[in-house]
Amino acid sequence: MNGVHDMGGMDGFGKVEPEPNEPMFHAHWEERVLAMVRAMGAAGAFNIDTSRFYRETLPPEVYLSSSYYKKWFLGLEEMLIEKGYLSREEVAAGHALQPAKTLKHGKFDLTQVERVMVRGKFGRTPPAPAKFNIGDRVRARNIHPATHTRLPRYVRGHVGVIELNHGCHVFPDTAAMERGEHPQWLYTVVFEGRDLWGEDGDPTLKVSIDAFEPYLDPA
Amino acid sequence: MSEHHHHDHDHSELSETELRVRALETILTEKGYVEPAALDAIIQAYETKIGPHNGARVVAKAWTDPAFKQALLEDGSKAIGTLGHVSRVGDHLVVVENTPTRHNMVVCTLCSCYPWEMLGLPPVWYKAAPYRSRAVKDPRGVLADFDVSLPKDVEIRVWDSTAETRFLVLPMRPAGTEGWSEEQLAELVTRDSMIGTGFPRQPGAPS
Repeated sequence: MNGVHDMGGMDGFGKVEPEPNEPMFHAHWEERVLAMVRAMGAAGAFNIDTSRFYRETLPPEVYLSSSYYKKWFLGLEEMLIEKGYLSREEVAAGHALQPAKTLKHGKFDLTQVERVMVRGKFGRTPPAPAKFNIGDRVRARNIHPATHTRLPRYVRGHVGVIELNHGCHVFPDTAAMERGEHPQWLYTVVFEGRDLWGEDGDPTLKVSIDAFEPYLDPA
Repeated sequence: MSEHHHHDHDHSELSETELRVRALETILTEKGYVEPAALDAIIQAYETKIGPHNGARVVAKAWTDPAFKQALLEDGSKAIGTLGHVSRVGDHLVVVENTPTRHNMVVCTLCSCYPWEMLGLPPVWYKAAPYRSRAVKDPRGVLADFDVSLPKDVEIRVWDSTAETRFLVLPMRPAGTEGWSEEQLAELVTRDSMIGTGFPRQPGAPS
């Protein structure tokens, strides 16, 4: 979706402000939000792409004015409601009122903790040979799905070169919408800065994205 | 998605968030989805097991062991997996090397993808709009915000983390560190030098 989360190349957000000796968390509730997201994801309530989609669909003014963990919280709450794990009545009451929905991997307890500390595996068996080879010129498709995609706007329509092939991975565009993993070949595609940003762009800049095969056409 | 539009910036907003987060945890616990002690354990694991010290050890090893460096650049996950003392690492880690003619920088314009196992949880600036918007268009301007400048003719390569691949920058080894041990070298490796928004400390500089 063409949301405000797709920020590459936007102007007006000001300077980057590194915080000296930044703490890991800025409030106690941030820790709890992180842990709840990791736990409910590991328990099978949602996949990582779905959780990203729920953050992206926050209203733009909420997305832009909320801290990172606030966005995580708002996305988590709404996602759990929409997936039927809790109800708006329960959120309003602050207590469980209805029976629980069965979690795919069961209750998240202490025996599960080690599992969340290692990243999931996203590589899958290729259903078909790769269409592109290293060095091929490709054009990022001019697509604007209203649902989740990982093709940023700033490369759409532009020509780049395949630099790396990462194998076949879960396709976020369908996984986020719970329409299956539909594994796709994943490539690092590198673009010249001036092709993206015009003649005034930095001549020493090259930008790469990791692009799934359905995002690309031969060029 | 309509129940959460209220937002303001004063302390009542903070306490309101705190109350809502507590309520959600209560509900998840009462419904039997999560065990609060398991949530505590997740937080403790993030606070103690991951962090830039993991990435620093990998970088220091690459600076002292050419065979390891070559393996690391060929398959980051596999090479790091051979180091028992570093935290377990997931698939799809790509290590990119800075050279005198090329500087690498990592961003996630769409969200905040970051190599957690190597660098810990990302800092606020990495997740915020100024960095995410400008890194791909004006990386030299972003570097200036970190008081970092590069020679004009150095190529800047920005890696936008748009999939589940994760990128770690292998910075250049500082001059004047000949004969240093891996442990000494690891002390010079900063988090930002592995994101590409900084350089390693120089020998003798305050840490």
